[in-house]
Amino acid sequence: MDVEPEHNQTYQPGEARRVANWFDPRGRGLGLLAFAVHRITGIGLVAYLVLHLLALGILAQGQAGWDSFVALVRTPVFLALDVVLIAGVLIHGLNGIRVTLTGVGLGLRRQRSAFVGLMVVAAIALAYASCRIFAS
Amino acid sequence: MGWQVTLRVFRYKQDGTPPRFDSFAVEVNPDEYVIDAVERIWAEQDRSLVFRHACHHGACGACGMRINGHEKLPCSIAIRSITIDRGTLTLEPLRNLPVISDLLVNMAPFYERMEQVQFPPTRIAEPVLDETTGRPAVQPSPVLRYEDCLECGLCFSACPISGTDPEYLGPAALSAIARMIEEPRQGVDIDALRRLADNEHGCWRCHTAFECSGVCPTGVDPARSITALRRQIAGDGLGRLFRPGR
Repeated sequence: MDVEPEHNQTYQPGEARRVANWFDPRGRGLGLLAFAVHRITGIGLVAYLVLHLLALGILAQGQAGWDSFVALVRTPVFLALDVVLIAGVLIHGLNGIRVTLTGVGLGLRRQRSAFVGLMVVAAIALAYASCRIFAS
Repeated sequence: MGWQVTLRVFRYKQDGTPPRFDSFAVEVNPDEYVIDAVERIWAEQDRSLVFRHACHHGACGACGMRINGHEKLPCSIAIRSITIDRGTLTLEPLRNLPVISDLLVNMAPFYERMEQVQFPPTRIAEPVLDETTGRPAVQPSPVLRYEDCLECGLCFSACPISGTDPEYLGPAALSAIARMIEEPRQGVDIDALRRLADNEHGCWRCHTAFECSGVCPTGVDPARSITALRRQIAGDGLGRLFRPGR
């Protein structure tokens, strides 16, 4: 009599590994890189928004507290973080335009070159912004 | 033979031991295909190696696996095109499907989705057009041709969303729905298919990473089909909004 094989010990990576695959570029194309970068910058921007709202709470401590906070954020480390923030905004915002268009079927054939082009625009804008930040 | 290559093969057995990679040195003719090297391992070095294969010429889609991380049909990839003499090829099973053993995955979750769509593997052949009139030169014959989708599962493996949403229909099934709406088949409930596509596990779950279209061995372009579905569903919704009687 034939016996049906049982596949109750099949192997599948865990949930964490499957989510990590979102950010694993090995064997993937430019589309996944754009997908991963969009998620990383999105999470970063949400984290920044929370920190920003918490920082605004310092206003409740009066002028002295606020002045010392402003002095802190003008240090080179915080200015560098400003550059990271602007990079996130540029990458997420510009790629967001591409995602919106391709999501409804516009520019599908040129989605790779659109990503590259928009990232070049982001790099130029970031270079300009960095110069302005550190020159101020 | 010509070249010596090392095949680093994912191994998994249902004996409680964790997955591992085994390396096999194989002599190959560089013009052979990757499936030939895999079969040589099985024939000459390790009879316990488990993999699936059938047609050996890219028509059945049975042998899909990841070669150096890329979803491929090993029967269609010449060794010369992806490595060099004394190079290494890493072979892994498809992603997002349970591994039964070694390079063999359980395709049931993929086929169950295709079954939901009831996608016929064939379609009616197009009539031959008369060059001068542009009209059919002969009446359509009852001859059928195959749809391009092989149901190999490469797109399902490459899709990042298929890995994290267990209910996501996936690129092939959504493409099949798009084809069925494009060319309705007798007895198929198109509205039911639309409902299947129009939900959070359907075409709206796609995040347009384009990996499905990148790996498809027959150029089905699921990403295009999914966005076409979205346009159609959104258009229908807007139409109902402005013409509620229809």
